[in-house]
Order: sequence, then structure tokens, then C-alpha cells
Amino acid sequence: MNISSRQLADSLSRKRRTLAFLAAVAAAAPGLVAAAPAKTVQVAIEKFAFAPKEITVASGTTIVWTNKDDTPHTVTSVDKSFASKGMDTGDVFQHTFDVEGDFSYLCTVHPHMTGTVHVRK
Amino acid sequence: MKDQPSELRATNPRRREVLRCLADWSGAAIVWTVLGGVPRAVGDASDRALTSAEPHGFTFVQISDTHFGFNKPANANIVGSFRLAAAEINALPTRPALVVHTGDVSHLSKPEEFGQARELLKEITVVDRVHCVPGEHDTIDDGVTGYLRFFDHDGNGKAWYAFDHGGVHFVGLTNTLNFNTGTLASLGNEQLDWLKQDLAGVSKSTPVVVLAHIPMWTIWEPWGWGTADAAQALALLRPFGSVTVLNGHIHQVLQKVEGNVALHTAMSLAYPLPAPGQPGIGEPGPVTVAAGELGKLLGTRRLSIVPGNRSLALIDTPIGA
Repeated sequence: MNISSRQLADSLSRKRRTLAFLAAVAAAAPGLVAAAPAKTVQVAIEKFAFAPKEITVASGTTIVWTNKDDTPHTVTSVDKSFASKGMDTGDVFQHTFDVEGDFSYLCTVHPHMTGTVHVRK
Repeated sequence: MKDQPSELRATNPRRREVLRCLADWSGAAIVWTVLGGVPRAVGDASDRALTSAEPHGFTFVQISDTHFGFNKPANANIVGSFRLAAAEINALPTRPALVVHTGDVSHLSKPEEFGQARELLKEITVVDRVHCVPGEHDTIDDGVTGYLRFFDHDGNGKAWYAFDHGGVHFVGLTNTLNFNTGTLASLGNEQLDWLKQDLAGVSKSTPVVVLAHIPMWTIWEPWGWGTADAAQALALLRPFGSVTVLNGHIHQVLQKVEGNVALHTAMSLAYPLPAPGQPGIGEPGPVTVAAGELGKLLGTRRLSIVPGNRSLALIDTPIGA
């Protein structure tokens, strides 16, 4: 079945209106709209190491890295699927892991700093 | 020297003895030369002695690790530290023929830091330019691209270069990229091929000075203090009668002599780093020292080409304040 571009546009603009309405309600009364919980996990960059160094998360999880050292670091995956800019002290980088797999990453300024993210269903 | 924290004294007992003797009568400056692989004191540290030792040679200055953009307890006045060094260089009784910077010009590879560096380096007025090579703090986000916008040496878009001065062949290398081994950066094959071609046109009796940020010998691999393919570069340099490799990165002075090749790391002008391998110190982070001590641990280096001598004479001088 072909969906005409007109029907698609109508459907999208309806979805957009619905989302806009929900967002407005959520902003006005946060408890009222139950959004699906998005999981966030923290990884500290401290003393030239990622802590935890190895971590397993469910797909859809967002990992948030925070640099707590007096030295800049980066979070750069080996397969180039995620890469931060240079992070100064206090800077934060985050990435949402939708795809399952094992992702090794390192700091490109100090390549002996490595970590791994295992993403499972 | 004896007032420095223990982790920054020379680890070799014999060398510690030599340096303590020199420091006792020469004050803050250390004057020594390396002949036949053995360190020997040249004489006293006064400029008069140094000037009289260089009838037809020349003097140049190495600075390193300025880290413009850094602003943490280890040094809250990076620009002030640099300006002290610039004033000392401008006041040298023997005008240096050139000034080199062995990298970590900026702290975060930001364009505003490179711009600030370019302006501040002009405050060294006794030379027309400062010859720089990048450190890993200069190549954080996009390799050498951002760095080259400000510090492209010859306008070739390349991170390596060579030039001649006063009968000496200078080579600038970039060794902060290409993490093939996972712990050490490397020069890479394209740069090594270029180096081989460049050196083919240099006579073996011409002194060669090599500038590269990260040490060209492995000092401490867990902290990335080494270059994965340095051995290939040193093999190309070994046939030359006099080779001096000047590095930065580790913010402290260490040396190694291998036959005709002498390698020296340098002090930083930003903050000290710890000596490796000590219990309880697991990482190369900036060291905060007591007030008044910082100036003893930051410094510059004067080098003299002495015709007829295979080795260069070096003076490492703390900025003092």
C-alpha cells in the first residue's frame, strides 16, 4: 500500500501536534504525563581512568561521562560511533546506546585510558 | 637542586652527585656538556664562560609546554610564567639565533588559545619567529588541523618540516597522533618516509637537531611517555656525527645518550608533573607545589653549538619566581 505524501504529511503533523500538546502538559504539570523512563548512567573520568571501566547497559540507555581531572580528556570509541570534543574539568559528554554490541573507547589525549560499554537488550 | 621535591631529583645516584656539586657553586643554572657519552661540567655557569666557548657557533633557546588556556591550582598565572621566561630570553647577553617550542603550546586545542599563544610568542622580541611543534594538547579534536591554522611552519599544510641555520640542520616532527599500539603515539609511515628523504640531502658531518613533543625514547609507557616508532627515526639519525633530540611533554628534565644521539626532555613553563614509578602517584596530573616553589620547577634551556664539538652545551634555567 502506498502512503501518499499528503497522507504522510497529515499524519506527521498530527503526531507533531500531539507531541506538542503532551510537552505543554508535561511542562505545566510534570507528574501528569507518564513518559517512558529513559535510563541514564554516570561514568566518572577521574585520576586518568574511566570509572566504572567496564559497564553493561540496556539498549536505549544514555551514558553521561564527567571529567573530574585537572587535565583534559576525551571519550572516543574505537569504531568511531561516538566521540567527544576535548573535555575540560567539569565538562560532560553523553551518548545514547541504541544498538546492541560491545564498544571499546579511549581517551585520545591519554590513550592508555580505556573503557568498554556492553549494550544488551 | 636539593630544595626540590624528592620525586623530581635525578634518580641515578651518580648523576645526583654531579648535579648537587654543580648546583652548590653555580646556583640555579646547570651548565654541562656531554662528550663521548659522559656528562662533564663545562666550567662555571656565568655567561662569560658560555660566550667565550662559542667563537663561531651560535646559541638558541628551547621552551616547552606553555599550555595557554590552563587555569587550575597548579598554576593560576600561566601567562605570567611565560612572560617571566620571555623577559629572561630577551635579556640574554648573547642574543639567541632562534627559539624553538617543543609543544603543548595550548592546553585544549582551542582556536582562542592558539591565537593567544601566537600573540604572546611575539613578546620574545629577540627573534622573528618561534619554531613550534605540536603536543597532544594541541591535537585534541581534529588532529593537527586546528594547530596548523595558526602554526603551519612552511605553509605546506604538514605537521613536519626542516630548515637549516648556521650549518645545523633542524627537523620538526609531530609524534602525538596514530595510536596504533594503544598506549603510545607514533610518527607514522608518511612522516618517516619524509624524514628519510629529508636526511638524504644532509651531510653526515652536519649537526642535526630534532624537535618533537613526546620523548623519542620510552621513559614510562603506562603514561604514554614514549613514541611507538621512535626506533625507526633514530635508525635514520644514527649515521650522523652529532644528533640532538629535544623533547617536552613530561615537564621535567631527563636525558639519554646513545652513541652520537643525545636526547633531552625539558621543563615546562606551565606546571610540574610527577616523576613516574613512585608508589601512591598513579597518573601524570599537574602537581601543585608550595608557594614560591613553582618557579624552581618551570624553566627554559639555552643550547650552544660549539664548532669542533660533537655535542651541544646545555644550560637549563628555572624562571625563579
